[in-house]
Amino acid sequence: MNLIPLKPVTLHEFDGGIHPAENKHQSTTQTIRPVPLPEELVLPLLQHIGNAARPLVNVGDQVLKGQKIAADQGFVSAPLHAPTSGTVSAIEERQVPHASGLSELCIVITPDGKDTWADHQGLAAELGLTESAELPLDAVLDRIRDCGIAGMGGAGFPTAVKLSPGSRSIDTLILNAAECEPYITADDMLLRERSAGVVRGAQIMLSLLDAPRCLIGIEDNKPEAAEALQSAIAESAEENRILAVVIPTKYPSGGEKQLIQILTGREVPSGGIPADVGIVCQNVATAAAVADAIDLGRPLISRITTLTGDAMTNKGNFDVLFGTPVSHLLTLGGYQPQKHERVIMGGPMMGFTLPDVTVPVVKTTNCLLAPTETELPLNNPATACIRCGLCAQACPAGLLPQQLYWFSRAQEFDKAEQHNLFDCIECGACSYVCPSSIPLVQYYRYAKGAIHEDRLAHLKSEQARERFENRLARQEREQAEKDAKRKARAEAAAKAQAAKAAAGDQDTPAKPAQVKAAASKAAPAKPELTVDDVEKKMLAQKDRIAKAAERLATAQEQGLDTVDALAKGVAKQQEKLAELEKTLTELKSSSAPSTPSAPSTPSAPAKPQPTAEDLERKIRAQKDRIAKAQERLTAAQEQGLDTVDALAKGVAKQQEKLAGLEQTLAELNTSAPAETTGENN
Amino acid sequence: MSLLSLTSPHTHGTNKTGRLMLTVALATLPGLIALTVFFGYGTLINLVLAAITALVCEAAILKLRNYPVGFFLKDNTALVTAVLLGLALPPFAPWWVTVVAVSFAIIFAKHLYGGIGNNPFNPAMVGYALVLISFPVQMTTTWALSWQMSGSELMSFSDTLSVIFAGNTSLADAYSGATPLDQYKHLIAKQTADVVLAEPTFNGWLNGGWEWVNLAFLAGGLFLLLKRIITWHIPVSLLLALTICALLFGHDPDLKTPLSLHLLSGATMLGAFFIATDPVSASTTPLGKLIYGAGIGIFLYIIRTWGAYPDAIAFAVLLMNFAAPFIDAYTQPRAYGHTKARRGLAKKKDAG
Repeated sequence: MNLIPLKPVTLHEFDGGIHPAENKHQSTTQTIRPVPLPEELVLPLLQHIGNAARPLVNVGDQVLKGQKIAADQGFVSAPLHAPTSGTVSAIEERQVPHASGLSELCIVITPDGKDTWADHQGLAAELGLTESAELPLDAVLDRIRDCGIAGMGGAGFPTAVKLSPGSRSIDTLILNAAECEPYITADDMLLRERSAGVVRGAQIMLSLLDAPRCLIGIEDNKPEAAEALQSAIAESAEENRILAVVIPTKYPSGGEKQLIQILTGREVPSGGIPADVGIVCQNVATAAAVADAIDLGRPLISRITTLTGDAMTNKGNFDVLFGTPVSHLLTLGGYQPQKHERVIMGGPMMGFTLPDVTVPVVKTTNCLLAPTETELPLNNPATACIRCGLCAQACPAGLLPQQLYWFSRAQEFDKAEQHNLFDCIECGACSYVCPSSIPLVQYYRYAKGAIHEDRLAHLKSEQARERFENRLARQEREQAEKDAKRKARAEAAAKAQAAKAAAGDQDTPAKPAQVKAAASKAAPAKPELTVDDVEKKMLAQKDRIAKAAERLATAQEQGLDTVDALAKGVAKQQEKLAELEKTLTELKSSSAPSTPSAPSTPSAPAKPQPTAEDLERKIRAQKDRIAKAQERLTAAQEQGLDTVDALAKGVAKQQEKLAGLEQTLAELNTSAPAETTGENN
Repeated sequence: MSLLSLTSPHTHGTNKTGRLMLTVALATLPGLIALTVFFGYGTLINLVLAAITALVCEAAILKLRNYPVGFFLKDNTALVTAVLLGLALPPFAPWWVTVVAVSFAIIFAKHLYGGIGNNPFNPAMVGYALVLISFPVQMTTTWALSWQMSGSELMSFSDTLSVIFAGNTSLADAYSGATPLDQYKHLIAKQTADVVLAEPTFNGWLNGGWEWVNLAFLAGGLFLLLKRIITWHIPVSLLLALTICALLFGHDPDLKTPLSLHLLSGATMLGAFFIATDPVSASTTPLGKLIYGAGIGIFLYIIRTWGAYPDAIAFAVLLMNFAAPFIDAYTQPRAYGHTKARRGLAKKKDAG
């Protein structure tokens, strides 16, 4: 083993940064204290980045401390364990710590007060190995995942995922003990009291990552913690691999990217992760949790949370079970009601105000800050940006916050993106220094949200467009196939016909057959038509033609473009008329032979119907009609309509009919005496 | 419990606009004192008159725009505009020149563009340019001679008042004359440097009084740098560009105004530290500020040397004001995690 201590690293500086009042001393006067059990523990299924956990218990189940109550789902996820023994009293939506007061599915546990542990043991014991033996790495990683460990610095990224960097080789593990946010002292106190666990966690992580060194970055405002850490490293004889590096106090040196820059001079590429530059960064509390999980088999069920702010009388750091309601801690902290009440989860720079104190402490809750108004005055109303550029000088990401502000405000999101909006870590340094009190970070959050929404909408419409285009393409394809088939069929038919034609006049007899079939089809309709009906129809038709012709004439006069259509209409009407005439003649010709056949039919009563009187009446009507037709004809002649011919024909026909009727009457009169005698018999 | 819902951060610095502007105004004090000591009460009277005019105009416009008057007056931006104009105008300028310059600066150059933060041009310089173009006689003949130059006592306070407000020209003539920059430029065309410098204006070595005024403004400017209210970029690049130009084109004092006169005469230091650094109308990126400052320095030299005006801070600044947004677009700094800076205009997403 290489026992040469690590050489001190050359510190680098990140651009920008600010020095807000630290206010750390208030909460470091006492050791880490336990918290009495609350009445219930509310455990959100999503306390980490990634997929929510899936409940493994039902309402009414008894659970033991450390028992897994929800399983991880998917790769980026973390399971959940009961922080104490008790009963699952509900699995329901509860408000969770979130700036917008969102609700999430939570498992609610009513403690039984016994705090009975479930069976648990260190990984070495479980595997039957001696304590000094090398642990199989797969088992270590599984154990870390199984114990629900997620980044405790603030983001809550599942630790096991970060510790499996895949093909990327890691040369440095960085433990973040910078704790640059004002007020928060959770990591400070952890290092003062439990440095050994942190070092043990570092050892485990180093072996997992197969990395040669671990740098622990700690700001120079925590000398006690740094000292404790140094001695813990010395005690575990790890000076050759683990180095505590004291860095200058400057916010946000504890930002992952900034700490990496300070300790190594490397920059995480935009859009990339630290592993891209051979680094994995973990919080010190996470390291301690890893040690607990591997050596003691304890899952992650509690954390150190700082209670601070002048609205509380009992400030300090507490070992808080997850799910403990914030209200329980405020009572413990001796919260005094204020004029402008604020309870901030996290620090004053990046923390968010809680919409409600019923929300629980979760894996990322490092601080509860309840300030008085004099302590952290409310910000002034925002005034116009004077483009002073102080924000750009403060930005640790090298951005131009002022430009981002103008673009976000004007919703010029493409410009905002071009100005690297997504490299903003929302540290709040720009808002802190802004002389116009503009809530700059809020503008960036808004712009980021709007761009995300835009992208989603764009993606959706893109998918919809694709679907539509695919559908069109499919329809076209189907149509083309159909056309091809039809064409093929037509060609086949043409060929067949040609073949037949070549074979001889076989098809000619087919035609008359078809005509006959058509006639037989039309026949059933014909018998219904009497001569009278047809004649009436003809008259109506003639009327129509006259009217159509009139319309055509006016159209022609006015030069309308409906002329063609009207002319066609007239032609059609005339065709119809011609048809009717044909029907009429047919009817008449067929009615003549039918008369003789009538007697042969058993329907005798039909014959006596056309009496002489009837016929006379008909003749009179017919004469009337002729007169009318004549009138129309003369009128048409006067107006020079082209219906003249048709009308003339009509008149002639009517006269023919009249003649026919008169003839029938004459016949009737000759035969009548015989019939009458017959009747008289 | 009724909890406030506020956005982070929850703690804020104390350097608010009003305080920043007041610091800027106070940083001009050494310069003001030097001007008063060497050139009499004219500047002081101008400054007070300018301040009153500015505050009245600002209040009236705020009222017209339905803005809370008291709240916005407290941002002290109108005061700074007034101070800069008061310091820049000739000490014996008639009162109405000051009033026109200041009211135009506040009403037109500032509020008609949308008020604080929205003016594309430096309001004080717009006001200055207006009166310089409109009243060339009053703007060139009312420069006070320092007591060293005139060889007599300074004009008394009451006399100064009568010169400024009553237009007592006979009194003014005795105490006023061309500025050293003006004088040197004209005399050097016919004479050698030795002869020119022997003139009472230069008092053998340099411009009696003006060098002290400039050094005093330099001190005030360094104070602003120290307080991190301005950055070094604009003043340094401005003075550097001016120096390079003066050395390049004016290395022979027998032909052109020498460097010492460029740097320590006229409004050079006031311009470099107080006027060119006006954040609203200047470039905002580090590289942009360097280009912007250098541009002013170059224009300053060009106009002073080949232009019709003896001094040129106003025009040089206004010309570069035009260019500031363009410069900004092409001088984005490299952001963390990027291999190189993104520059130029955003690409239209749809086009790509």
